[in-house]
Parts: sequence; C-alpha cells; structure tokens
Amino acid sequence: MTTHFAGDTAALTGRSLRHILRSPDTIITTAVMPVAMLLLFVYVFGGAIEGDTGSESYVAYLLPGILLITVVSGISYTAFRLFTDLSAGIFERFQTMPVARSSVLWAHVLTSLVANAVALVVVIAVALLMGFRSGASPLAWLGVVGILALFTLALTWLAVIPGLTAKSVDGASGFAYPLLFLPFLSSAFVPTDTMPAPVAAFAEHQPVTSIVDVLRSLLAEQPVGDELWIALAWCIGLLAVAYWGAMAVFHRRSA
Amino acid sequence: MTTDTPTSAIEVRGLEKSFGDVHVLRGVDLDVARGSIFALLGSNGVGKTTLVKILATLLKSDAGTARVAGFDVANDPARVRESFSLTGQFAAVDEILTGRENLALVARLRHLPDPGAVADELLDRFSLTEAGGRRAGTYSGGMRRRLDIAMSLIGDPPVVLLDEPTTGLDPQARQEVWATVERLASGGATVLLTTQYLEEAERLADRIAILHRGRIIADGTLAELKALLPPARVEYVEKQPTLEEVFLAIVGDDPAAPADSPTTTKEQ
Repeated sequence: MTTHFAGDTAALTGRSLRHILRSPDTIITTAVMPVAMLLLFVYVFGGAIEGDTGSESYVAYLLPGILLITVVSGISYTAFRLFTDLSAGIFERFQTMPVARSSVLWAHVLTSLVANAVALVVVIAVALLMGFRSGASPLAWLGVVGILALFTLALTWLAVIPGLTAKSVDGASGFAYPLLFLPFLSSAFVPTDTMPAPVAAFAEHQPVTSIVDVLRSLLAEQPVGDELWIALAWCIGLLAVAYWGAMAVFHRRSA
Repeated sequence: MTTDTPTSAIEVRGLEKSFGDVHVLRGVDLDVARGSIFALLGSNGVGKTTLVKILATLLKSDAGTARVAGFDVANDPARVRESFSLTGQFAAVDEILTGRENLALVARLRHLPDPGAVADELLDRFSLTEAGGRRAGTYSGGMRRRLDIAMSLIGDPPVVLLDEPTTGLDPQARQEVWATVERLASGGATVLLTTQYLEEAERLADRIAILHRGRIIADGTLAELKALLPPARVEYVEKQPTLEEVFLAIVGDDPAAPADSPTTTKEQ
C-alpha cells in the first residue's frame, strides 16, 4: 500500500487544508494569544525588563519565545481536528478504504505545519510593526525556519496522541495548556541568571531555553555554538518519542 | 443453510470478541451468498456493530475467522479493503466539504482516474446534483445518508456493509435508502445490512439472521423463519392503514422520488 502513500497523503492534506481555508479563525486564534503576549510584554513589562536583556531591543529578545508559544497554541488544533474526525466517523471511513494506513495522520501533521507557518508569519509581521529588525543572513533565516519546522513537527506528533485518545473535545485541545508554561520557566522572557537557583537549573536544562537561545542568536547574527546541537537534539529526540507514541496509540486502536 | 462454498461473499466461522469482561461475540457463524441481501437482526448492544467492524478491518477478533470476498480480514486486510465499503451508523460525511468534494475525495482515495467525473455521475444518480455545491453539513438527514451511501459505492466494491442504514431517518428517506439497496443488489453487489427494524429485514433481505447473546440463533429466508413458529391461524380483521401509509398519503410525495424538500429553506 506504500505505493499510494504520497497520493493519499496529498489528497487528505488537501481536505484538511480546505477545512482551514473555510474556517480561517483557527489561524487567527492561534496568532491572537502570542500577539497579545508580545504587546503585553513589550509595552507593559518591557520598560522594566529591558535593562537586563543586554543591548538588543526587548522585542527582539522576546520574539523567539513568542514564536514557540505560537506553535504550542497552534498544535492544539491538530488534536482538535483529529478528535473531530474520530467522533464524526470520517476517520473510520478512511480506515476502511484502501488508503495507506498512516496517511490519515500524516495529512493532519502536514496541515499543522502549513497552519503554524501562516500563524508564525502573522506574529513575525506584528513584531516587525513593533520595531523588530534582523540583519540575519538567508542562511541564518533558513536555520530559524528549520528549527521552527522541526519543533512544530515534534509537537504536532505529540498532539496526535491526545487527538486519538481524548474522550472529549476539551481533553483533546486542553493538553497544550501545561506546555504553555514551559516558555515562562525558560530564557524566553528574562535571562535565567536572575532566577533562584533551582528554577534556573530547570530553565537551563529544558528544551525551550536552548531552542530560544539558538533562534535569538541566529536572528541577532551571533554565533550559535554548541547550543545549536543541544536544541536539535531536543527537537529530534522529542520528535522520535512523540512519533513512536502516536504510532503505538494508532496501532492499538484496531486491536 | 449455505455450506462454506467459495460462492460466499462473506464467510464467518467461530468469531469471538470480548471487550474486557464483556463477551460480545461468542462464536458467530455466518455465510452471505454472492449477490444477495442479508439482514442481521438484533437488539441494541447485541454486537451487530462489533461484527461489522471486524468485517470492515476496524477491529481484530479474539478467535475465529472472517473472509470478505474471499480474503481473510486478519491476514489480508489490504485486499479486503479493496473489496468492500462500509456505511456506518452515523453518516460519516465531511460536513465542511461540499457533497461533490466528499465524493471526489473518496474517488481520489480509491485511486480512480478523473475523480471529478465520478463525483458528478454519483451526484446525478443520487439526485444530489443541485445540492452538490453546498456543504454537506447543511444537508437533511436523508440527503446525508444518500451522500454517505454514494460515497461508499465509489469504485463499485463487490461487498457493501450497511450498519443500521435507516436509523434516525424519516419514512421517505428510509424508502429512498431501501430503493438504493435494492438497486445495489440487482446490480450484482452483496449487501450485508444490520437493522433493528424487522420490517426493513422483511422488505429487503433474501436471508435473515438473528444475533442474540453473542451467537446467531436463527438464519434462513423469511419463509424458513416463519416456519419455525406454529402455523398461522386465519383471522379476519379490518385492514387499517398504517400510520406510515397515512403519513405518505397526506404528504403526497412519491416515496421513490428523492425528497430534498426538507431543506429547501436552508438551500440559499
């Protein structure tokens, strides 16, 4: 059946992209919270924080963390859409057809990548309006896009698990809320050296900090160093675990 | 009873399935002859849907075998999926896509050339051409079920599984579904339908089986099943019209014609 994998995945991705085109509010709501946080932190807290973040403007300091928050709020829609497909019975219809088995999941994952990309562009556009500027080279931007894509991919596969197992809509989309706190316990909003030692220790050893630091260095035309490999290791490790977990849940469904 | 000849489109032997402590299927045997309409009767929760799901490769059985169109559901699920289609209890259409897009999507997933033409042909056949450009979420119950069945006929699968195809439908919509099932069988397809409505089995099925407490407790033609009971006594009673006959007479619609009227208000 693998011969049809690409065609089936394309057909099903076209379907869920059409869903998004017909309810673009899902992209807008994905972008609203990060934009609100951007405004809040820059115009309300920013004046008090700015002195601690070095020479760069606080918008530039904040943007990488806000981009990760955008992805976290975007992936809950993948769980939501998957749950909706399951409860509507359309998922079972696809599973009874001669369709490549995992195409149904890959279609939702690819849709998530596209939807998150659009939401990220909206957030970056707002940041530009607020005075964010970057002289990063095309190669550095490529790195930013690559890391964000990898991060989105990993978290989307993570979202597939509640999408397949949740008993209610709230359960399906609510799993992402705890993830929203991770950026606060990282270097996303303030440098970790101002935190109490145990908090700082956690912050310095969790994925958001290394990913945020790499994105910030890339955008600020700074050398990234070893932090790049740590960030990549987090993303790939998370992706591998999430993909494995999602596939295990997927195959157990038909037992 | 039909013996296990290769003419069976569906062949079930000793099928068992439990969910936790609940032993839903306790050894089901079933043969559905090619080109026939077979009705599986049973009360709610008796395991009809479980049996259909096993035939449809959505669930794995604990014991026993099941073959659809000659292919084993456990060992050869991919070939089975090419040979049947399922219309579930709750019309599984994509509500956000239009009727035409739903059909074209299924045609694409069945790897047919020219999905658009397949969709148009089916819209025409199921009297949905006018509604084809509207989102399926705006359809009436009867239209949804017609679209659902149309989706399952794409690619002309030789075996059609219909799980309670008329549950929740109004009398006209039910008649439409019945007409569709009869057309399918006369076109050579094998139809297995589950139902709680005895009248539906009586009207449509060549053979009827009754699933009770996890086993098939009766299996035969309507005449054979009737022969299980003491011979009928002759009584004279006044023939009252059934409420259904009254309803259809007052509403005045030809039951064979598609009834799109319930949603005309939503159409524009």
